[in-house]
Formats: sequence, structure tokens, C-alpha cells
Amino acid sequence: MKISEIVKGLSLEVKSANVNLEKEVTGGYVSDLLSDVIANCKEGNIWITLQTHQNIIAVAALRELSGIILVNGKLPNADTLKKANEEGILLMASSLPAFEIVGRLYNLGIRCR
Amino acid sequence: MTQNKETTMEGVFFLTGKDFTNAGAASCELKSILEKMEVEHSAIRRAAIAAFEAEMNIIIYTPAGMMKYSITPDHVKVVFQDMGHGIEDIELAMTEGYSTAPDYIREMGFGSGMGLPNIKKNTDEMKISSMPGAGTTLEFIIKLRQEKDNENL
Repeated sequence: MKISEIVKGLSLEVKSANVNLEKEVTGGYVSDLLSDVIANCKEGNIWITLQTHQNIIAVAALRELSGIILVNGKLPNADTLKKANEEGILLMASSLPAFEIVGRLYNLGIRCR
Repeated sequence: MTQNKETTMEGVFFLTGKDFTNAGAASCELKSILEKMEVEHSAIRRAAIAAFEAEMNIIIYTPAGMMKYSITPDHVKVVFQDMGHGIEDIELAMTEGYSTAPDYIREMGFGSGMGLPNIKKNTDEMKISSMPGAGTTLEFIIKLRQEKDNENL
């Protein structure tokens, strides 16, 4: 599934600029522990988290994630947004809690893989 | 770049403790060097995970340190040396879930006690030597398949 379909389906707010919304999402991963994400996510996964600091961008870049969804109305720090734009990492935000986001992604056919 | 079998690529990054702005930059740079050298994908993934964990340990726990890498046709070797207070009990530090991280670090999603175990899992060799008061040296090696051996793997 393309990122653009997820953005539309979940009414996500796209925060980073100049990103490719036509990228394929391979699956999803939800965690707020960075070591857990870096070790257990898969390339092309969409990552759901409430962490908003800039180090999430390094994790996404190192593991070539397709995007990050910030939940619970959390917004990226200014530094995080700057880094996302530099690295071309797609940063999205939603007012919904992680449980709802994950449930809706599952309904769209996204799995942990 | 890897046409010459004797080619060794070496470099060093300096890391500053608590510099969360640049945290991860050295690992990202190492990853892009490995990509340019057309190292196999799984080795790049494992090197990226291990390097990030070791880099973050220096940022989180020490005032400063450095990351030295050397890439040969056979392996990727990365050595991390820091000026921290050292690890008293390395075996305990290697235990999954054990962490000495303060609360504010844990709130950032670090300090889950998975860092050193993640390095161990993703590398072929890992060595730590540490003396309380004299810093820590962590070294890991990721072996690279030779192209000719591809069919055996």
C-alpha cells in the first residue's frame, strides 16, 4: 500500500516537506523504545510512536522506514522537523492515540512484517 | 570502489556527550559509506543497528568518545573508545533490560537495556574492555561474504 492511501485513510497531517507519498509501506511497527524499533522493525515499515525528539529521524533513516506517525496530537520538535526535511523522512501526525492508529492501519491491511 | 581486493577504507568520527542534535550522524555516515562500497545489504543493516547503539551509548553516558571504522573486503570493524566512567560489571551491563539510564533518557525512549544485547546479536564478534574511571572500548566485527561464496549461503 502506498503512503498516500494511508495519509488519506487515516486523515494524517503530513509534517515534513518535499516527501514522496508514493512510497510503498511494507508493514507497521509500534514502539516508543528506540532500541526496540531499530532492532525489530523492517525496511519500509511505517512507525507509530509518541517520541517527538530528533533522534527518531536517525532511527528511521538507518532502518529505511517509509514514515513516522506521531500519535496523541504530539507535534515534532523544530529540530526533529528540520532533520526530517534534511533526511527526506516522512513525518506525519494524528490526534488519535496509538491504539486507534494501529487498529485503523490493520483494517487497511497493514501488518507487522 | 571494491574492485581492488586490497582496498581498506578507514575513518574516524568524534562524538560529544549529550549532543543529541548530532546523535546518530556517525552511524548514518557509516551506513552511506557502506552503501557506496556496495557492501551486502544485510551487513549494512547489522552495522547500522550496532553502530547506532554504540554511538548512542557514548552520547548518553560519556562526556566524549570516538568511533573508528575500517572496512576491508572481509569485514567491517568498528571501535568505540570513550572517556566515560567505565562499566563496573560488563556481564551485568550485557543483561537484557539492565540499564543505568536516568529518567530523562528513558523518557526519550533510550535506556531500555537493549543496546549492548542488540550489538551482540547483530555482530559476528564483539569485545568490551572497561576500567572504572578509565573509559570503555567496544569493538565489533561484521564479516562480509566474499562474492564467490554467494552460492554457499
